[in-house]
Amino acid sequence: MKSHRSYPFYFVLAALVLYVTFFIIPSLSGIAYSFTDWSGYSDEVEFVGLDNFRTILSPDENYLSFIGNTLLFTFWTIIIKTVFGLALALLLNQGVRWFVNGYRVLIYLPVILPTLVVALIFRSILDPASGLLNSALRGIGLDALALPWLTDPRIALYSVIGVDSWKGIGYIMVILLAGLQTIPKDLYEAASIDGASAWAKFRFITLPMLMPALMIVTVLNVLYGLRVFDIVYALTNGGPGYATEVLSTEIFKAFSKGQFGLGTAISSILFLILVVTGYLVIRVMERQSDRE
Amino acid sequence: MPKNLRATAAHLAAFVASLIMLLPVYLITINALKSTPEASTMSVDLPTELHFENFLIAIEKGKLLQSFFNSLLYATSATVLATLVSAMAAFVMSRHRTRFNRFLYLFLIMGIALPINFFTLTTMMQVTHLINTKIGIIILYAALQVPFSIFLIYGFVDTIPRELDEAAIIDGCRPRQLFFLVILPLLKPVLVTAGILNFLNIWNDFMMPLYYLNSSSNWPMTLAVYNFFGQYQSSWNLVSADILLTIVPVIIIYLMGQRFIIAGMTSGSVKG
Repeated sequence: MKSHRSYPFYFVLAALVLYVTFFIIPSLSGIAYSFTDWSGYSDEVEFVGLDNFRTILSPDENYLSFIGNTLLFTFWTIIIKTVFGLALALLLNQGVRWFVNGYRVLIYLPVILPTLVVALIFRSILDPASGLLNSALRGIGLDALALPWLTDPRIALYSVIGVDSWKGIGYIMVILLAGLQTIPKDLYEAASIDGASAWAKFRFITLPMLMPALMIVTVLNVLYGLRVFDIVYALTNGGPGYATEVLSTEIFKAFSKGQFGLGTAISSILFLILVVTGYLVIRVMERQSDRE
Repeated sequence: MPKNLRATAAHLAAFVASLIMLLPVYLITINALKSTPEASTMSVDLPTELHFENFLIAIEKGKLLQSFFNSLLYATSATVLATLVSAMAAFVMSRHRTRFNRFLYLFLIMGIALPINFFTLTTMMQVTHLINTKIGIIILYAALQVPFSIFLIYGFVDTIPRELDEAAIIDGCRPRQLFFLVILPLLKPVLVTAGILNFLNIWNDFMMPLYYLNSSSNWPMTLAVYNFFGQYQSSWNLVSADILLTIVPVIIIYLMGQRFIIAGMTSGSVKG
């Protein structure tokens, strides 16, 4: 049977055209434009070599700190989400006997809420004077901990990390829970017969068997963290000062100010970081589907 | 620890975690019904009087009806478009595994990881006359959902036996008939999953309209809420009402489709 006749190439075309037009061409031409002085106020575009990149990497500017904030955000959200996500997944997999699905539905709920809305609600909760968090802390006598969460430059980034982690824990939990459910029960039974402790079972059965899921979770979180925009934009818009500025919020500011050349240069740096990560994603997913 | 005690402790922990996750939704629900002074602290206390008129004010002042229909239009059309073109592409690439199609598949799903270049995309939107238009944002959203949808559907096509294709072809089915009459109905579970995820992603998106829709009559709900928040920051009861109306459709879809959502979230990451 001539299979190519039944599976014509034009079936792929619509998706391919959409993808190439709105993803690939802008990304690739963006790399070219990052070597220019492209601006929103002039039609003339001139080649300026590495000037934009020099500006970004210059210690006199703030851009390096935005890259640092992005990496800090990515690192800490991964750690927090994975630790709590794993703890909750273990809890629902082994500890809890009934209402498991109910708990799962409730804990996953923040994941499906619009990030913007989550940020707005937390702006109220984290309000230094009247917010719920500080009222609660004062109520139990912990006045010293009632901090200006989003307005103190030293802690604002960690507050944003906290809110984002709150929203994302359910996602990690669900993926890890699905991973836990694929681990054969008899492995644990055999270990029990050999007298293995709970910790040994976790360390030598659960953790290695959960590795593929943990890998995926980490990679997805890296991709998310490096591109993060909504939560930062709506919680602090990069402030106070530049304390919470990340790459995507800075890109939006460059866009608003008409600094297109500089903005595309920042985008291209992000692009390169993500292409490398993206390559890893595909490799991991490939390995997953091969094992099937 | 005795077994009962352990189980109780586990339930207690899961219960507390659930409460923490539910708290913000609870907060805006009760504060949406309060008077402005009462809602100013956004406390967990129940309202002393029920102010249902807050919803009417939010709908009127926040132009919520218009933005609701905009969101509905964008999310529905882009979801249908993205899911359909992705299903067609995934079907052919999965069935006809040449080297070229393999490369094409990897090339397409690479989009899951790529960032958008908003500057050059603006130029593209201008060149194609799609900027600041409803149809433009729909096409853009569809394009953005293509990589993940293809990834999701591609894996599922494998579970449909090839013998069906062969039988249909022997019976004289053309490619289009084969796909639309035989394959598409069988893809229903994964299409529902992809459809729900795409719909929620688009409904919740804030970034594309922020960049590409400057006229308020085209704004979806997220942008309308953000703008409303800017104007009525001191009236948390109205902001809460506005927020609640924005997330009610999301929560309804979530509760109805949570099995499909979780299936989609976990597929590809864990097989089980």
